[in-house]
Amino acid sequence: MPAHDGSAGLALTDRASALAEHYRLAAGIRAFERLLLDQFASGRIGGTTHTCIGQEITAVAVTAALDRARDCVFSNHRGHGHFLAYCGEVFPLLAEIFGRRDGVCGGRGGSQHLHWRNFYSNGVQGGSVGNAVGVALAEKAKCSGAVTCAWLGDGTFGEGLVYEAMNIASLWRLPIVFAIEANGIAQTTPTELQLAGGLAARCRAFDMPVEEVPGTDLAETLAVATRAVDAARAEQRPRALISHAIRLGPHSKGDDTRGTAQMRRAWARDPVAMLRSEVGAAADAIDRDITALMHDTLARANETAP
Amino acid sequence: MSKETTVQASLNAGLRAALAADERVIVLGEDVLDPYGGAFKVTRGLSAQFSDRVLATPISEAGIVAVATGLALRGFRPIVEIMFGDFLFLAGDQIVNHAAKYRAMFNDEVRVPLVIRTPSGGRRGYGPTHSQSLEKHFLGVPGLWVVAPHSLSDPGELLRQAIFDVDDPVLFVENKIGYGEAILRGIPGYETVRLGDTASPFPTLWLKPHGANDGLLLCYGGMARLALDAAAALREREQLRLGLVIAAQLSPTPTSHLDAVLRAGAPSCVVTVEEAPAAGGWGAEIIATIEQIRDARRLAPISYRRVGAANTAIPSARALEDGILPQVQDIVAAALDCF
Repeated sequence: MPAHDGSAGLALTDRASALAEHYRLAAGIRAFERLLLDQFASGRIGGTTHTCIGQEITAVAVTAALDRARDCVFSNHRGHGHFLAYCGEVFPLLAEIFGRRDGVCGGRGGSQHLHWRNFYSNGVQGGSVGNAVGVALAEKAKCSGAVTCAWLGDGTFGEGLVYEAMNIASLWRLPIVFAIEANGIAQTTPTELQLAGGLAARCRAFDMPVEEVPGTDLAETLAVATRAVDAARAEQRPRALISHAIRLGPHSKGDDTRGTAQMRRAWARDPVAMLRSEVGAAADAIDRDITALMHDTLARANETAP
Repeated sequence: MSKETTVQASLNAGLRAALAADERVIVLGEDVLDPYGGAFKVTRGLSAQFSDRVLATPISEAGIVAVATGLALRGFRPIVEIMFGDFLFLAGDQIVNHAAKYRAMFNDEVRVPLVIRTPSGGRRGYGPTHSQSLEKHFLGVPGLWVVAPHSLSDPGELLRQAIFDVDDPVLFVENKIGYGEAILRGIPGYETVRLGDTASPFPTLWLKPHGANDGLLLCYGGMARLALDAAAALREREQLRLGLVIAAQLSPTPTSHLDAVLRAGAPSCVVTVEEAPAAGGWGAEIIATIEQIRDARRLAPISYRRVGAANTAIPSARALEDGILPQVQDIVAAALDCF
């Protein structure tokens, strides 16, 4: 794996970091995903990808609640935001999706299959949730004090392994947080066509405390995530949080079947725009930094060897 | 070779030795705790001795393999018991798309040293969903070893190799009938050759008949004893001397072992023996590999036969089951048909 000094990435800070830093990360993830969609649209990269436009602040808030030095993350198919929130490594991620040797997995993993320090992702729905429970068991057995964060969506709740994993996590009192991004749509299928009952009730059935947030306010999401991570660590038992995040982009590249009126309403609640208005005047400079970073990163990725 | 006299005792001793030798070893499975000690008693006595590292699990084959994969990613060496090989497909996605893939797709930066043990095979009247030999469906999966012990070699030592000598997931297929078999140490009338190397570390046992060598029977696992009986019958009744090649490493195909056997001279007749239906099976892969070696070495043509179960669900009634699973006389008939 190539060495990275982090100087060209998105700045990272743990916990009570300034609002502006959270904005830098959320807006950076947004810019990265837009860059990817542009590159796909112009045919400069192939294969597939799933962007998290609209869901950025959930990734930023939950990851900010973690202790990056020791905690573990198991992400899913829509994991760029989780990855960048974890490590800020823009270039290795872009190079990976470009299929370059300097990519985080040498181009072998691509968009959905990433590994960096204690971060892992896999593209099969539900499968990595079970692996995350195993990681939590390993860290508990080692007495490392680490919490594991398992990312899943409301669509993932169709997979049986999710329930096997939650059952084992609760039964064996494992320090894991199930971070659920309930964006209301599974690829093109709205949640009301694929889910009976409720997500929170399903979590509670395993005797697992769960809190819900709208997924539009960073401070609120961070507070709930911090409670969940701290409790999982202190009590050595699983917790769940449900963020009703908004997927503003397509499932993959251009496959959004939702109507314009629905999307207009969704964009009116854009969490990154709301966060930007909270940041105020400082946002302009951050946006300029991000634009420059994306420009430089793209140029660097284009220059690297395949 | 260990002192244990049966396959079951040897595997049990192998597990105990692994738990004692290395604190990274964790055993997980359904009903593995004492006093029950697993459906086939292979884990008996382990939870009493290593209570914090022998874990009883819910009935969640996918979940167990998923958790074990996570453990392996983070430095442990888990051993999973899947109660019946028939249930492997419940964990199939975890085996193929998770455990076996992580090392390659994460650019060789991680290891998944995981052993999945499972009892397979019929002849106990357990019927269509508790008697199968499904391992052929896992042959050729990149990143996955498939290994089978048998009673002509040391099963506990093979298990030790699977746990410690490779860093990738191993599907370890145990034959139910084989558990009670006494371990044979040396077979009269044969020279015993063990083939193993870095690329294919799990040893193939090659029994070369003294004197002439009229053909080869290739088999693995529970079929070894049937093949041995068939070879004895062919010698007594037909004066034919057949060698036996008993594989332990089913996947990747131990090509170098087969090459070593063929270097000694091409047999005129090769019969593969497996308990599953032969269609799309282990024998087909073996024959294809032997043909490639034969062709490369410009050896004389070989006649091939495959012996396996009838291509149907395994019946519960013992008489019906015997009718569809391969028997000694089927191997004898296939060999005679070859000449």
